[in-house]
Amino acid sequence: MKKTNDVILQTVTKIISFIIILFSIHLFFAGHYTPGGGFIGGLMTAAALVLLLLSYDIKTMNKILPFDYKRMTAIGLLIAVLTAAGALLFNVPFFTHAYDYFDIPLLGETSLHTAVLFDIGVYLVVIGITMTIIQTIGESE
Amino acid sequence: MSLLHLAIVLPFLAAVFIPFLFKGLRTIHTGWFVLLVPLALFIYFIQYLPLTGGGQTVTKTFQWIPSLGIDFTAHVDGLGLLFALLITGIGTLVVLYSIYYLAKEKEALHNFYVYLLMFMGAMLGVVLSDNLIVLYMFWEFTSISSFLLIGYWYDRERSRYGAQKSMLITVFGGLSMLGGIVLLYLMGGTFSIQELAGMSGTLITDPLFVPALLLILLGAFTKSAQFPFHIWLPDAMEAPTPVSAYLHSATMVKAGIYLVARMSPVFAESGLWLWLVAGFGIFTLFWGSFNAVKKTDLKAILAFSTISQLGLIMSLLGVGAAALHYDYLDENIYMIATIAAVFHLINHATFKGALFMMVGIVDHETGTRDIRKLGGLVTLMPITFTIAIIGSFSMAGIPPFNGFLSKEMFLAAMISIIEVDVFNLNTWGYLFPVLAWVGSVFTFVYSIMLVYKTFLGKAQFEKLPKKPHEAPIGMLISPLILIALVIVFGFFPNLLSNSMIKPAVEAILPALGDAGQEVYVNIYFWHGFTPELFMTLGVVLIGIVLYSTLPKWQGIYNRIPERLTLNGFYDKGLAGSETGGYRLTNGVMSGFMRTYLVYIFSFFVAILLATLFIRGAFLFDTADLAQIEPYEVVLAIVLAASAITILFAKTRLMSFISLGAVGYSIALFFVFFGAPDLALTQLVIETVSVALFLLCFYHLPEISRKEERMGFRFGNALLAVLVGLTVTLLAFSSFSYRSFESISQYHIENVYDLAAGGNMVNVILVDFRGFDTLFEIAVLGVAALGIYAMIRFRAVRSENE
Amino acid sequence: MEFLMSIIVGILFTCAVYLILSKSLIRIIIGTVLLGHGSHLLLLTMSGLKSGSAPVLMDNISEYADPLPQALVLTAIVISFGVTAFFLVLAYRAYQELGTDNMEQMRGTESHD
Repeated sequence: MKKTNDVILQTVTKIISFIIILFSIHLFFAGHYTPGGGFIGGLMTAAALVLLLLSYDIKTMNKILPFDYKRMTAIGLLIAVLTAAGALLFNVPFFTHAYDYFDIPLLGETSLHTAVLFDIGVYLVVIGITMTIIQTIGESE
Repeated sequence: MSLLHLAIVLPFLAAVFIPFLFKGLRTIHTGWFVLLVPLALFIYFIQYLPLTGGGQTVTKTFQWIPSLGIDFTAHVDGLGLLFALLITGIGTLVVLYSIYYLAKEKEALHNFYVYLLMFMGAMLGVVLSDNLIVLYMFWEFTSISSFLLIGYWYDRERSRYGAQKSMLITVFGGLSMLGGIVLLYLMGGTFSIQELAGMSGTLITDPLFVPALLLILLGAFTKSAQFPFHIWLPDAMEAPTPVSAYLHSATMVKAGIYLVARMSPVFAESGLWLWLVAGFGIFTLFWGSFNAVKKTDLKAILAFSTISQLGLIMSLLGVGAAALHYDYLDENIYMIATIAAVFHLINHATFKGALFMMVGIVDHETGTRDIRKLGGLVTLMPITFTIAIIGSFSMAGIPPFNGFLSKEMFLAAMISIIEVDVFNLNTWGYLFPVLAWVGSVFTFVYSIMLVYKTFLGKAQFEKLPKKPHEAPIGMLISPLILIALVIVFGFFPNLLSNSMIKPAVEAILPALGDAGQEVYVNIYFWHGFTPELFMTLGVVLIGIVLYSTLPKWQGIYNRIPERLTLNGFYDKGLAGSETGGYRLTNGVMSGFMRTYLVYIFSFFVAILLATLFIRGAFLFDTADLAQIEPYEVVLAIVLAASAITILFAKTRLMSFISLGAVGYSIALFFVFFGAPDLALTQLVIETVSVALFLLCFYHLPEISRKEERMGFRFGNALLAVLVGLTVTLLAFSSFSYRSFESISQYHIENVYDLAAGGNMVNVILVDFRGFDTLFEIAVLGVAALGIYAMIRFRAVRSENE
Repeated sequence: MEFLMSIIVGILFTCAVYLILSKSLIRIIIGTVLLGHGSHLLLLTMSGLKSGSAPVLMDNISEYADPLPQALVLTAIVISFGVTAFFLVLAYRAYQELGTDNMEQMRGTESHD
């Protein structure tokens, strides 16, 4: 293929995708109280990565972010299942979440919730599968 | 989970370790480890004897699915314990016998013992469960393990045929039984047998009573090989002989008998029950013994003999129900039938188990089971001969063995039925003693055949594949123990009377106990010159005459042509259903996906419209409609237009762009509807989808619609419009027509208190309905792996080629 | 509004079914995507539209839009993305292996097991 000049695209992408990822993380953590959460955060992150992928190419991407996305999916699923199963250790039914309020230095009083752990699982799975799909299709000739 | 539950599942737990023991310790026969399981269980269950003997029962409940009324309730009473002891006791002997029967070098012992243990556990579960659903579950487990054991030598065609036949017939019965169980639940509102028995008086008037009774009996009859379902048992003889001795004579086939006995408290008041159980039983007794005489294979003779003996016990249980109608008598003579049933059950297990093991020894040591080749073995195998002669005499009902005692009681019970003046028994009842007597004559004939043709008569060792000699001592131990029991029970039957028979009878006929009658069991040899004694004498005399003239009348067996036999019907039915199914499938399945989709959508339209119409759900509630803003109308038009554009798009690019337009319009609608999470998700997904489509773009062909003719398109359009119309009606109707309150309010109210969250949608996703999300991400993972596999595995394959 | 949406849902379903019934693989895939869109809107419409503000807990607000169908639709959107991707790859692999995207030519035959 003819070498195309996409310096502008690449430069802009670098900045934009960084912003998108930051925003997606914000969405992820805010999800319990305002719109957002694991699904949206994960998709947003994946979208940023796809953007990078489109403006560069797969080889460069693999060099910058050497993740195995299949493994990421598996880890996400494991976190989700373990969070759910963790309740069994405390003799409450599967999937019972717990939360409490803690006084953390700098942040002030914050509530910590096991549902966030579960959401991290969802987040990782969503990034994992989106990137696995896109990457696999992209790599096939 | 109590020790009792643990005892029931112990065989299952032990089965897990068998393959490792087999692989790890090749030098020791795996059977020695297996032996410990039934032995330990037998000793454990013996401890319950004094308890049930004193009229007590033990019930332990383990909550399994309480919301559906399904609890794993273990209930030990006289009847259950009797069976548990039979299962573990005979099980111990059979495992011991199998150690010498199956060589550890040649056989797949790990499979064999896993199946056997699975069966043992399942059988214990059947006889000790009070909950009908749990009972059913174990019941089907016995069918499956029986299937696996019959097909143990799966490279033989006859084994596979026999395994399939037994599976089809017993599982058919099992499913009928499940239907019966559900009907019982509908009537009584419980799955507990004890509770159902308590309300038998009200159940009998229910219109569902008769269907339930018939379905339950179907289950029992197929399992216990009652006519006309007996045809699977002879084919089941393809299993290794220890299995035949255990499953197909002593225990599993008695599960049907157990079920009839166990359900007697629920059903026995009904005349239909009495007639069906007794009638099918007595005919099976006659038919089984009649057919046994024509067989030349020792195991086939024993198979038909088992069928006939099962019929005998079944008929006794049926006749025993008559006692319920005479609970005012001081001395209830009709109780003898039930006592005889239980007694014969024990006796049959002893002598038939021994006889099967005897046949196994003959087969093992001579290489054949064909009585036309055997003969004169008595000089070479004296111990085996002793086992055979005592077992056969007991089976034929000749004193002084235990079979004589129960046979006498059986005949007495059959005579007594003539005097019963309910359900027309005093007219048609004469058939019972007549058939019983005829059946006994044939029983006598084949018992003599068994001994004479194998061990006496002309020796013809040159026809035998192997040089015969006496079996190793290990193989003889188990049958000798059983034969010893035959003699012991023959001389001292009252050893069993109060410890085992009485509690079992009380469990079968609890109504008598409630009416103040005591079950009195006293078994003795000499009753005086009673009709049954003369009947036995007649059996012996006529039997000897028939046996000596056997060649002259054997011709009657060939009168029935093969295609008119039950087996012929079974084979034809099986073949017919296969070809019929094939034809139907070919007619309906065109292999073209559109055909299937047309089926699906047509039924979708038909069923939904019919339901809406029948339920009167064409309701248009305009009171609660949301406001329409002008920009929403514009958006709706854009959406509809983009969707329709796709239909007429000539190129891929055009379709994808229109599809994107649809997606983004929907995202906007989500914004209007107050669903920010959805709008965000939809926007991001739509963006990622664009990337996805772009990537696939490269690989996919251009849309071509040349092959599609006008008629094809018109048909599709018609169906499509119908579906669209149905969905529109459904959407509006479901908005207007609310049959119950939505659960959403619960989520809204509790989002802060229970889940400490603010975003209801996300809280529902991760907390209230976390299960759905968990499965959803699992599905996503599977989809991603599928895509990965489809693309990557091809690369691996092409490298290999 | 519900009436308008019901009609839109009907149009989406009509288009989707028409596409799914055609012979071209790509059109079938596009049809399934449209079917997904239609059912998402159907779910929302069923429970009533605009019955309150977005289902995010706020002070002084007691009327919220029904959060349950929203949660259902959210999962459905993500799932249909996964399924669409799967279909697309299936289609393109089938096209590569068989050399056709015509469903009628793809049907299994008697000899083909």
